[in-house]
Amino acid sequence: MPFRRYVEIGRVALVNYGPEYGKLVVIVDVIDQNRALVDSPNIVRTQINFKRLSLTDIKIEISRNPLKKELKEAIDKADVYNKWNKSSWGRKLIVQQRRAALTDFDRFKVMVSKIKRSSLIRKELSKLRKTQKA
Amino acid sequence: MAPKTKKAHTSRNPPVVRGVGRHSRSKMYHKKGLWALKAKNGGSFPTTPKAVKEAPKEGRPPRFYPADDVKKPLHRNKIVNPPKLRASIAPGSVLILLAGPYKGKRVVFLKQLSSGLLLITGPFKVNGVPLRRVNQAYVIGTSTKLDVSSVDVAKFTDAYFQKEVEKKKKSESQFFQADEEKEEKSLPAEKKEDQKAVDGQLIPLIKNVPDLESYLGSRFSLKAGVKPHELVF
Repeated sequence: MPFRRYVEIGRVALVNYGPEYGKLVVIVDVIDQNRALVDSPNIVRTQINFKRLSLTDIKIEISRNPLKKELKEAIDKADVYNKWNKSSWGRKLIVQQRRAALTDFDRFKVMVSKIKRSSLIRKELSKLRKTQKA
Repeated sequence: MAPKTKKAHTSRNPPVVRGVGRHSRSKMYHKKGLWALKAKNGGSFPTTPKAVKEAPKEGRPPRFYPADDVKKPLHRNKIVNPPKLRASIAPGSVLILLAGPYKGKRVVFLKQLSSGLLLITGPFKVNGVPLRRVNQAYVIGTSTKLDVSSVDVAKFTDAYFQKEVEKKKKSESQFFQADEEKEEKSLPAEKKEDQKAVDGQLIPLIKNVPDLESYLGSRFSLKAGVKPHELVF
């Protein structure tokens, strides 16, 4: 099993620890064996340990240490955020955020909908079973 | 014309070190403009004349002097403030009761009484919780809100909920009869009518919101894997 996601300039990563938790950042330079310089349109360019990054499949075309403006253009050109939100990883995160923001009433409505849905499914299933037996 | 209310100046004498100001007394005299005050008042500070106390009226000497010293009561400077209502609780919001016989029930908050307790109702038809007082410490405020401005709750005060004190007469005959005649304590008809009146106004509002009636009829509980500190109410 070869590696598929490499640390390289332009690799988009998800920060999984620290003050920038949950943000998508672009690796803009590699400092040493352990740290990279990362940047994103909504954060200040900082160093970050690789252990705090989860590499994604997305890579953009930038030169080393681009200007913030150039970085933003490259991100828009590659349509990073839309690609991310469409990817299965990105969609899972969106679902997690939605579920965390549910209020007590929302949770009740979800529970009721789940029960209704499963009862419909079970009805159809029992019908199918009956026709199979016959 | 509004009276001249000038905003207080920020400190004219920033500290060099705690307790030591940057400027000396004479410098501060100049900075505060006390020289200008004097100049305006002809060379000296403006004074207000002392309030002249009226000479006490000639009265008769008191008839009675107490034999022992009369103790003066100590100062009482405690300020009793009206009780605060949590920001998450507003009239019309759905609350989750956490203690008492109705724990877990979701209930509509009507108003805060003068004692600080919250006036709530189930409504009774929906979940069996009557008009009741509840302490806000034993309550979770959810973000679900109803508009209860049209519901009339002015007649409900702390006095409405006071228990009626029965005076007990000590007599032998009553002592033996006590076990036989236990008066049944049921709600007076008036209170039942009040409950119906309030609920009658609330239930149409509840029915307007889909699923709200069944929501209020259900109880809150923690399930496996649910972390209360992470829940958004």
